[in-house]
Amino acid sequence: MSTLTHLAATSPDQGRAHNPNAQGAPIKLRVEGLGKRYGNIDALHALDLDVRSGELLTLLGASGSGKTTLLQIISGLVAPSSGRIVIDGRDQTHAPAHQRDIGVVFQNYALFPHLTVSQNVGFALDMRGVSRAESRRRINEALAMVGLEAMHQRFPRELSGGQQQRVALARCFIYKPSLILMDEPLSALDRKLRETMQMEIKRLHRETGSTIIFVTHDQDEALALSDRICMMHNGRIEQIDTPQAMYERPSTVAVARFIGISNVLEGTVMQGDQLATADATVALPKGHGCQPGTPGALVIRPEHLNVVAADHGALRGTVVEAVYAGVETRIVVRLASGNLIVVRRLSGQAPLGIGSVVGLEWPAHPPHFLSV
Amino acid sequence: MAELAMQTAKAKPARKPQVTWSALWLVVPGVLFLVAFLLYPSFQLLLVSLKDPRTGAWTLTAFSKVFAGGVYTRTLSSTFIVALQTTLWCIFAGYPLAYWLARLSPRRQRMAALFVLLPFWTSALVKNFAWLVFLGRNGVINDLLGAMGFTPAELLFQRATVVFAMVHTMLPLAVMVMLPTMNQIERQLAQAADTLGASAAQQFWRVYLPLSMPGVAAAGLLVFISALGFFITPTLLGGARDTMLSQLIIVQINQLQNWQMGAAIAVMLVLAALVTCFIYDRTFGLSTLSGGSSDRLQHNGLMRRAGLGIGCAMGNLCDALARGYSRLSGARNAGWMLAAYAWLIIAVLIVPILAFIPMAFTGSDFLSFPPPSLSFKWFGQYLQSPLWVGSTLRSFGIGVATASITLLLATLAAFGLARSRSRLGGLAFLLFMTPMIVPPIVISVSLFYLFAQMSLVATNLGIIIGHTVIALPMAFVVLLATFKHYDWRLDQAAATLGAAPWRVFIKVTLPLIKGGMFAGLVTAFLQSFEELTVAMFIGGGVKTTLPKQMWDDILLQVTPTLAAASVVVVVIVCALFFLMEYFRPAEHQVSAS
Repeated sequence: MSTLTHLAATSPDQGRAHNPNAQGAPIKLRVEGLGKRYGNIDALHALDLDVRSGELLTLLGASGSGKTTLLQIISGLVAPSSGRIVIDGRDQTHAPAHQRDIGVVFQNYALFPHLTVSQNVGFALDMRGVSRAESRRRINEALAMVGLEAMHQRFPRELSGGQQQRVALARCFIYKPSLILMDEPLSALDRKLRETMQMEIKRLHRETGSTIIFVTHDQDEALALSDRICMMHNGRIEQIDTPQAMYERPSTVAVARFIGISNVLEGTVMQGDQLATADATVALPKGHGCQPGTPGALVIRPEHLNVVAADHGALRGTVVEAVYAGVETRIVVRLASGNLIVVRRLSGQAPLGIGSVVGLEWPAHPPHFLSV
Repeated sequence: MAELAMQTAKAKPARKPQVTWSALWLVVPGVLFLVAFLLYPSFQLLLVSLKDPRTGAWTLTAFSKVFAGGVYTRTLSSTFIVALQTTLWCIFAGYPLAYWLARLSPRRQRMAALFVLLPFWTSALVKNFAWLVFLGRNGVINDLLGAMGFTPAELLFQRATVVFAMVHTMLPLAVMVMLPTMNQIERQLAQAADTLGASAAQQFWRVYLPLSMPGVAAAGLLVFISALGFFITPTLLGGARDTMLSQLIIVQINQLQNWQMGAAIAVMLVLAALVTCFIYDRTFGLSTLSGGSSDRLQHNGLMRRAGLGIGCAMGNLCDALARGYSRLSGARNAGWMLAAYAWLIIAVLIVPILAFIPMAFTGSDFLSFPPPSLSFKWFGQYLQSPLWVGSTLRSFGIGVATASITLLLATLAAFGLARSRSRLGGLAFLLFMTPMIVPPIVISVSLFYLFAQMSLVATNLGIIIGHTVIALPMAFVVLLATFKHYDWRLDQAAATLGAAPWRVFIKVTLPLIKGGMFAGLVTAFLQSFEELTVAMFIGGGVKTTLPKQMWDDILLQVTPTLAAASVVVVVIVCALFFLMEYFRPAEHQVSAS
């Protein structure tokens, strides 16, 4: 029943920061053949990655996928075992963190507990020898940007989690670093606050035109925030694409399963654009380009499935669960092979009893084919 | 949104009010004990100092003598100077060692900390005795100097030697107090400073050092207060001009029977300690002593601004120096120097203790290092002497009794405090920490006065009570930490799974707290086993404990039997210490993301 835990609301057309300039913008960060070994374990396998100026790129992956390691190498807090880091055309592979002109927003904010909000925000200006008057002006500006002018004399422990988060953002944006790295900055916040802060980060990104690399394990967050998503798995980059492309055309089963709720039908490609699965033989979209006899998989999003009478439709199974979620009801259907299929139905349709046998079809939307 | 989050944080309800009241009652036995054997006798001592012994009239003559110039005033000032020097040296020498320890991985830190904890638990008597042997005219240091072509120097009976030996005695305390604060500093903060453009030097001076200051201040407080009441080191290693207040108390009471004067000096000692504590509390807040975060950080306090200013200046200076150094030498990493320093200090801490082992097996009639030949004869002497064997057995018995009573009182009190949120809890906490602030010599003298009225002088019970007063704070702190870290929801979970209260205790609570209980038991035993002052006054020369026997011998005639006795002490301390380490609960490793 693990599918049920993934039933978080995800829809492909949620608002997304689409930066029209990102496409032709110069390359801000180039990662070439970057690898990291810890003892005998490869945390990162020789990756290549380009990030364009003004882009918001998320590194998405489960824990242990290597996304935090990659971020730490880019920030200069961890040295790579191989490869190069080029920022603004300059090789920074061996530069220490404090000489890189990058900004990092840490998971637990890492605010200095002995300094006030103003002093925290002004720390980087201090390090750069900015004059006192100039520094004061910019601190006020940065605090105004995150709506914390009134809190400038407080200590971090006197602030709520969301406020601490805003201080961390202000501390990072104030010195306009050429590259901003965010390491799961919202993971400590509750869901409501997290959504507010996502909006805030998008706004800051838009207003400042900064380049941001954002690490998260939350696919909703990645879909909502990113210009592009870089999906990582076992120390490798699985796919880099826009959120829409990644949702609609995942390049591997791993990506399909990680992003959104996916129903994956695995089987063998047959003559005449057919896929033989354990439950049924189903039609493949034209032009899949696979030889008969090779293994393949179909990815079908729950919103593209229709429930029909048991003797109609391409698949047949038993309803084992129905989860009411306001605007829609999610139905879990068990196929004969034991494979669980999730279907989204608008609420208000005739309810389906648990145990009833139904058929499934996908009339309007061709499923996405993956060669495995 | 943010305001809402703050409100919910504030509105967190206090858990189970009905538990808190009944739990606080458990503090009562310990409180009564301390009122009877610490507060009441101290108050009596204060009265003694203020009353003319013949007429019984109120008078300040004893105090005016202290300030009238002459020997008392000189001793008062030299006590302060020695204590201050000791404190500063302990902090300056100890900080890098604690810093080095704090940067090790948890596993390696635990191993390396053993080298600091072992000298911490070895008695001051043994450590100072070692320096007496080493630094003597024919000691190993002078032999080394001679071999290098220097003329032998008079190393003993110098102010510098007294300070050195006191620093040696209390450095482990300073390090062990500073270390927990340093361990709490998140490594991420240095990384954050790094990404914000701070060099290594600036990270240290602007972020690490200010955050470690509460630990430094706590170490300074504890070292200074202990140093004020010291008498072993100046007696053994100091000259006539290095006399300290505690020695005067001993002379006034044990030799001159001048209770009024002795009591007045004792009151001065306590006052000095209290004033120090008061200043500390005003600046840092006493709660930082138990590892709580400081609530005294004023937003624009002078101290804070000055501290930050110094940090900034030093950060810039050291940054420039480090740049110059790396440009000159080409080296980027000078980390090995810190490690080398740390191991050097550890060697200085450990070697004098281990040196007793070869010295005890000497074949010669004199204590010397290295021994000219080896034999077992001094251990034979030790075992055949009814004085030595008797005092060792008595120390054992008193230690076991002290440990049991201390554990009982401390467990009840710590449990009661950990489970209650009452304001009275803070007062009880202060009371339980008071024996740490009142110098042992004052506790001993005041109990001596009280017990003289109760015919408890020269009894084992008298010594046990005195040792319990002294051992309570540390056992209490250990147990309080244990109970505060204990997750009480586990008890509730066990209860909901159908366990009766006593089964909850046996099956769930006890297995999880037994490490802390054992640590409390051993700390109490060790403190009693090595305690000298109480035994000196209350033993009355009849009930001699092992440290008292050693003390008498050191003052009379130094024989290798003493080294044999020291080895016995060190072996017992080591055995218990390693047992305690073995039973210490494994720290729950925080999994890194």
